[in-house]
Amino acid sequence: MPRRLMKGNDALSEAAVRAGCRFFGGYPITPQSEILEYLSWRLPEAGGTFIQAESELSGINMVYGAAAAGFRAMTSSSGPGYSLLQEGISYIASAELPAVFIDVQRYGSGLGDIFQAQSDYWQATRGGGHGDYRTLVYAPASVQEGVDLIQVAFDKADQYRNPCQILSDASIAQMMEPVTLPEMHEHDPNADWAVRGKRGGDFKRVTSTMYYIEDFDAYIKNKYDVMAEQEQRWESVLVEDADLVLVAYGISSRICKEAVEIARAQGIRLGLLRPITLWPFPVKGFAEVNPDVKAYLSVELTSLPKMEDDVKLACEMKAPVEKFLGGANIPESTAIVERAVSILKEQR
Amino acid sequence: MLSITCAGFGGQGVLTAGLLLAHVSMVSGKEITWVPSYGSEMRGGTASCRLRIGDEAILNPFFSSMDTLIAMNQESLDSFQDAIAPGGVLISNSSMVKDAEFRDDIRVIEVAATEIAGDLKNPRGANIVMLGAAVAATGLVDAEEFADGIDAYFAKKGRSNPLNRECFMRGVQAAAEA
Repeated sequence: MPRRLMKGNDALSEAAVRAGCRFFGGYPITPQSEILEYLSWRLPEAGGTFIQAESELSGINMVYGAAAAGFRAMTSSSGPGYSLLQEGISYIASAELPAVFIDVQRYGSGLGDIFQAQSDYWQATRGGGHGDYRTLVYAPASVQEGVDLIQVAFDKADQYRNPCQILSDASIAQMMEPVTLPEMHEHDPNADWAVRGKRGGDFKRVTSTMYYIEDFDAYIKNKYDVMAEQEQRWESVLVEDADLVLVAYGISSRICKEAVEIARAQGIRLGLLRPITLWPFPVKGFAEVNPDVKAYLSVELTSLPKMEDDVKLACEMKAPVEKFLGGANIPESTAIVERAVSILKEQR
Repeated sequence: MLSITCAGFGGQGVLTAGLLLAHVSMVSGKEITWVPSYGSEMRGGTASCRLRIGDEAILNPFFSSMDTLIAMNQESLDSFQDAIAPGGVLISNSSMVKDAEFRDDIRVIEVAATEIAGDLKNPRGANIVMLGAAVAATGLVDAEEFADGIDAYFAKKGRSNPLNRECFMRGVQAAAEA
């Protein structure tokens, strides 16, 4: 299949349609509005339904309904709009329905600003809504990886009957890269559990499953334990002999990859562990790291550290964990190398 | 790998020039990242896009030092000239950049792009004149092949315009004469 030059948001939208998504309800907000713009014509063309809702709250609840009816459904948002989705995500998780949410992270709390950031890490991985639920959170680092991961997200949402999220950011969303798109996939909405009029199948559940399951505590714990054990994804770059391992996801991981390349050319043994799933955090990836690693450096585009906590837990503090933060300023790869060198000096 | 910034007023086609560069490079088998500038620059001020083009996968799409700057106006020159790597290339639109002080450790190619495009009765093609000069000066892709790529790009969008090719080749010529 020939490569196409696509913007991150457009590519995610097309890949969602090709993954069988046939419903989108949402509200525009920069930097994710291209998703709505694209799906507003593409979904009807593919026989699906696009609704620009009056708010994010109604958008997510429309997704709830479409998911209960067995359709592959999705919404997307950013910044304050993403906060508004959280109640609905909690409801969909409690009803154990599959759906996909995209958060194109933008900078700052409150209204914030429209440029890239990675500040929604806790909201995405700690369950921004109330109660006992988790979502699989995928963090693409390129336009192509977004295309690949949204297929995975829809499949995993079905497999576990649980919402999945794509945690993108303004830079990957707005940039263009060549992509290879998958073939069109049709999804059959007639699942046994789906509300399909008066047809047969299982007892239909459109509200919290806790009302119908005995020993719900054990059941729900087991569900998320299995996901945590089986769904970790990561990429490791030269971690086996690294003196210092950078940990970074999404757009910051690309700056870090360049930092690793620069450092290695100078004989500095830098490595990179790139979480692809943020929940579950890829704890298993840390087993690949040089047992004599001197330090970890968590690199995040956020004013206040967030992923750093997960790095500390994952490495069990067997080596010191330092942080390199960004936010309004995109860090230079050379600055990351300099910081790594100075940390290594302190560790000697 | 080449790092290129394309900058000008919103409306001068700087994002499109970058897109053409990205698209034709992709068709010729290169890896590319194209990042538009963002924020208040979208509203009437300086617009820009940053490209990285190479044979290997592009790691970091951001850069602070560039090999080539396509400056469509004075403000772009003022903003980005210092960030050109020594020995790099500056394509300056001399129709809009007057009496500028250029660095002496870079190659400066002045192209009267706005006037050339006006003369060719394709006033919106000034960005493509500049692109011609940039492609010729960097040797990124063969100029004729690139011109074919531009034609194919616009034909696919149903906006074929033979004047675009003329604009492009005038830019190539300007770089050769510089």
